[in-house]
Amino acid sequence: MKPAPFTYHAPATVAEAAALLGEDAKVLAGGQSLVPAMNFRLARPATIVDINRIRSLDRIDVGAEIVTVGAMTRHRRFEEPIEPGPLGRLLAMAAHKIGHLPIRVRGTMGGSLAHADPAAEWCSIFRVLDGRLVATGPEGSRVIEASGFFDTVFTTAIRPDELIETIELPRLADSYRVGFAEFSRRAGDFALVMAAVVLDMDGETVRTARLVVGGAADVPIRLEACEAALAGQSLTSDTIGEIADLAAESVTPLEDIHASVEYRRDLIRAMTRRAMAGAT
Amino acid sequence: MKSVGSSIRRREDPALLTGRSRFTADLTSETLAVAFVRSPVARGIITGVEAPPETLVFTSEDLTGVGSIEPVLHRPDYVRIPQPLLARGRVNFVGEPVAVVVAGSRARAEDLAEQTFVDIEMEEPMLGAEVAYSAVRTHPGSVSNVVVEGAMSTGDVDRCFAEAAEVVEISIRSRRQNAFPLEARGAVATFDPVDGRITLHASTQMPHVLRTAIADLVDMPESDLRVVAPAVGGGFGQKMALPSEYAVLVWLARHLESSVSWIEDRRENFMSSFHSRDQTYVVRAAFDAGGRMQALDGDLACDVGAYSCFPVTWGVEPLMAMGELPGPYDVQHYRVRSIGVTTNTCPMSPYRGVSRPVLTLAMERLMDVAARRMGMDPLELRRANLVSTFPYRSATGVVYDEGSYVQSMDEAARHVDLTGFRARQEVLRREGRCIGIGFSVFSERTGYGTPTFAARSMEITPGYEVVDLSMDPSGRVELRIGASPHGQGLVTTLSQLVADELGLEPVDVRVIHGDTDRTPYGWGTFASRSMVICGGASQLAAQAMAGRIRSIAGSMLEASPADIVLDGGKAVVAGTDQGAAIGDIARLAHHQSHRLEPGAEPGLHARASYDPAGTFSNACHVAVVEVDVETGHVTVERFVVVEDAGLLVNPMIVDGQIAGGVTQGIANALFEEIVYDQSGNILTTSLLDYLPPTVSEIPAIEIHHLETITDASITGAKGLGEGGTIGAPAAVLNAISDALSHLGVEVFEMPATPERVRAAIRRAEEVVRG
Amino acid sequence: MGDHTIDLTVNGTTHSIDVEARMTLADALREECGLTGTHLGCEHGVCGACTVLMDGQPVRACLVFAVQCEGVEISTVEGLARDGQLHPLQQAFWDHHGLQCGFCTPGFLMLAVGALAENPDPSDEEMIEILSSNLCRCTGYQNIVKAVKAAAEHMRS
Repeated sequence: MKPAPFTYHAPATVAEAAALLGEDAKVLAGGQSLVPAMNFRLARPATIVDINRIRSLDRIDVGAEIVTVGAMTRHRRFEEPIEPGPLGRLLAMAAHKIGHLPIRVRGTMGGSLAHADPAAEWCSIFRVLDGRLVATGPEGSRVIEASGFFDTVFTTAIRPDELIETIELPRLADSYRVGFAEFSRRAGDFALVMAAVVLDMDGETVRTARLVVGGAADVPIRLEACEAALAGQSLTSDTIGEIADLAAESVTPLEDIHASVEYRRDLIRAMTRRAMAGAT
Repeated sequence: MKSVGSSIRRREDPALLTGRSRFTADLTSETLAVAFVRSPVARGIITGVEAPPETLVFTSEDLTGVGSIEPVLHRPDYVRIPQPLLARGRVNFVGEPVAVVVAGSRARAEDLAEQTFVDIEMEEPMLGAEVAYSAVRTHPGSVSNVVVEGAMSTGDVDRCFAEAAEVVEISIRSRRQNAFPLEARGAVATFDPVDGRITLHASTQMPHVLRTAIADLVDMPESDLRVVAPAVGGGFGQKMALPSEYAVLVWLARHLESSVSWIEDRRENFMSSFHSRDQTYVVRAAFDAGGRMQALDGDLACDVGAYSCFPVTWGVEPLMAMGELPGPYDVQHYRVRSIGVTTNTCPMSPYRGVSRPVLTLAMERLMDVAARRMGMDPLELRRANLVSTFPYRSATGVVYDEGSYVQSMDEAARHVDLTGFRARQEVLRREGRCIGIGFSVFSERTGYGTPTFAARSMEITPGYEVVDLSMDPSGRVELRIGASPHGQGLVTTLSQLVADELGLEPVDVRVIHGDTDRTPYGWGTFASRSMVICGGASQLAAQAMAGRIRSIAGSMLEASPADIVLDGGKAVVAGTDQGAAIGDIARLAHHQSHRLEPGAEPGLHARASYDPAGTFSNACHVAVVEVDVETGHVTVERFVVVEDAGLLVNPMIVDGQIAGGVTQGIANALFEEIVYDQSGNILTTSLLDYLPPTVSEIPAIEIHHLETITDASITGAKGLGEGGTIGAPAAVLNAISDALSHLGVEVFEMPATPERVRAAIRRAEEVVRG
Repeated sequence: MGDHTIDLTVNGTTHSIDVEARMTLADALREECGLTGTHLGCEHGVCGACTVLMDGQPVRACLVFAVQCEGVEISTVEGLARDGQLHPLQQAFWDHHGLQCGFCTPGFLMLAVGALAENPDPSDEEMIEILSSNLCRCTGYQNIVKAVKAAAEHMRS
């Protein structure tokens, strides 16, 4: 399975990279999603813009309120918490679930978001944190909120002549509990369903909640009904069970060879419950 | 110092560990690369093939004088369907090769193949064993879609069912598998301009058979074709069938007078390499009040794909199922009907265990279900029915040599502390967790030679093995064999066997295999046969040579050959320190042949063959699983094997075979499934969809041995390569059913994916609620 | 013949090769550098048979293009043995029967070399997580686990 031919560029700056993008060009970041697709000839870009040489894109800046992640930051960087609070914890929970070690050595957060596989961990994490990212094209940069980023499977608000430069994730106060659970057939596989929760707690009572289910539909889904139902509730196992049931009813899951609609609902219930029950 | 029985390290390893071994794909430099254009639809009429101009492309029209693959079973029910090397007139499965493109590199060949369009008038595909009696023929003009039909009836089955205290009927479904050798198929055909010979390096389990078959197909003298199996990265049966692509490659090399290579990629392997085990069984048993099985009745159906695999034919799965369904159980009233149905899907070949993983699943689920219904302990029910007197003649006419069926079960039960387990199960159930334990007791038919294969009426009847043993003047030996190991460690184990007979060290024995120019005609390695049959022949040859050495030594030392012992590289008169170095004897035989007795053959050479009826090894597997009721996910927590394969030549290698087999069995039970959609498109064409397990999914497998030595194998060794895959699925599915027994859930389908298990739990929950 | 001339540094030796941009590192190693020890099992990043080290870290060579690798230190199985001495991992695989057909073996060796260099004393759980990166079809894995554990212990002493 050899890829179709392409023209290759390895620019040294973001500006150079943006100038090379267009309809039939693809950005090559970690390659862990793009290259398999190219080897299968499912993706056949005429031009590859390899951004691995752009050093400025590989960085993590921990600010007072926000962590800024360069698009080329590898998954591995998040295996140990990048900051001591709930954000670092949540990112570490998710990072450990991304594929396997060699995939995490190469794969990047920016690449994962741009690829927008609904079963990718960073997509759900980005959504549940209400993050934002900066996309840069020949005309300059713009900010895209997580809520407006995911369009459908493998499709985002990024234009063909833009690339993701940085991702901004909000730091969370210590009152927050974070939880993450995913179900896959084997260790390291893409999740059939995952759930990410961010809970602002007042003792055992939930002040506000954000819940996202990934892998179940064409994009990560914010469970707004569940979030509303949880607000002000005690985090008992009964409540968690009810919210999990509601989550299963709130989403119209995809059907594919790995899971029927009914089964995905079961998984949504189970993963939502586990993410909440295991939130720390 | 005897080597047999010791776990010496493998001779095969240093080259493999350092990356120096040559697998087929490592031999492609200086060759043109080939890519096949494959049918994108499951069924239809080819109306045209258009390639870009200047493309070196061939279709079946170009293959003049070339035959079709048409293996034969001499049975009146057998339907013969020829398989053209490249599709001719019609396509019969998605992935069927229609044209072949030749280019300077694989990448370029894929470019051209992708631009080569095959126009097909699509037709509705015939899918699933349900099409058995359809008026529409999968192959128009053929007499039936049932291409093999076996039936057997012994005793008075109907009377037994009428008089039974308990009748149990279950339906078993086994979903399609791909053996998934980590190295896909591939071949390199090199053309020798000096003598016009073709050498085919091929990833195969059967070099001699390949040579005969391909030479026949392309109409060339067999001696003009040399087949070499280089390092082969696993086979498991997928590579004991003739791929049409290999024959096309030889034709191309001759036609172009150039060297060409085809290295199959993983997508091709999923799509068009051989599949297996797409089977449905309905099995009924009649039990008396004491739990003795009086009669067994089976209706077995196998989807065997679009074409018959060469050489064993598409009869292999249904006919083996028919002949061996009763397994290790004593039942003399037996009735069975077994059919193979041709469909518009990828052809089938045997896959490690063939039909036995499915029939073992059937019998072991039957035993557990019957035990539950009759309120009997499942092991006691088995005890009442397991064969325990040998030799045993089954209802199907097969003779079982000595085995340890009951003992293996009892031994396994001891290792798992059933009482302790039941206590833990109760405690966990109260916490909402479901653990279960499952047993599977089975026998494995191994090392069976020509007489047994002949009973199947195959045109090409495998069975014997021949070896050539020669000692060179330095006193070291070369053993040339017709078996074709590809990971089994046969080079090491045969060297242990031969070294012991000749008083040498294993390192003094070089084993040569895989090259038709250098080895005697043989059948290759499959069906758990190589140690029994090739090992038996090797032992006979070594014994003959040892006799000759002792004879020469006797003359040299003026002693009776019967008093000569070969040990430590010397021929010694027993009880004395009088001896001669074996090397000196060898030198004498070669360089001082006038000193040998008159009429003696110079040199030291022995040729032997062995062709036994076969021998049954046996084992008991126990699986402990936990089922996550929310998700249906099954974790195998523990797996125990008590196995009897007679004499173990190299215990470490034996355990490796068992662990690998059990892992494939667990994979079959829980993870792996080839899926087609209703249009005959194959949906599982990558490792994202077809799921061989990683180490995370497999527990440490605990292996214990029993040793029953029988006359049925002259080395004392029984075969064992397939035992792991045969017993493991039943143990796992029994364990799942045990884990969920309090919910009334039983599983009868493999793989028992989380979705299927969850669906069964959900149904049971609805019954409770409703 | 390709449109990019690049220098690939493999096991300390520099190979100057001409490749198309689309040639993966795995194919370049095998076909342009004559190093066929790195095997192709799937070409979509799942089986790990093609695992090599890039600057000491294990990666799937089928998912990297050769043109991306200038200036990178690549390590393959051919570079493990030194002066006829097997690397402790190779020795351990041999001693513990960690291979049968051997096709997946170079990938596992390089995975282990890279992982142990970073974490010489992994817990059992970490070991299983690391080794679940690659597929083996013959061994059932447990001898691979034994071998890597034994080698890790040896390398620590």
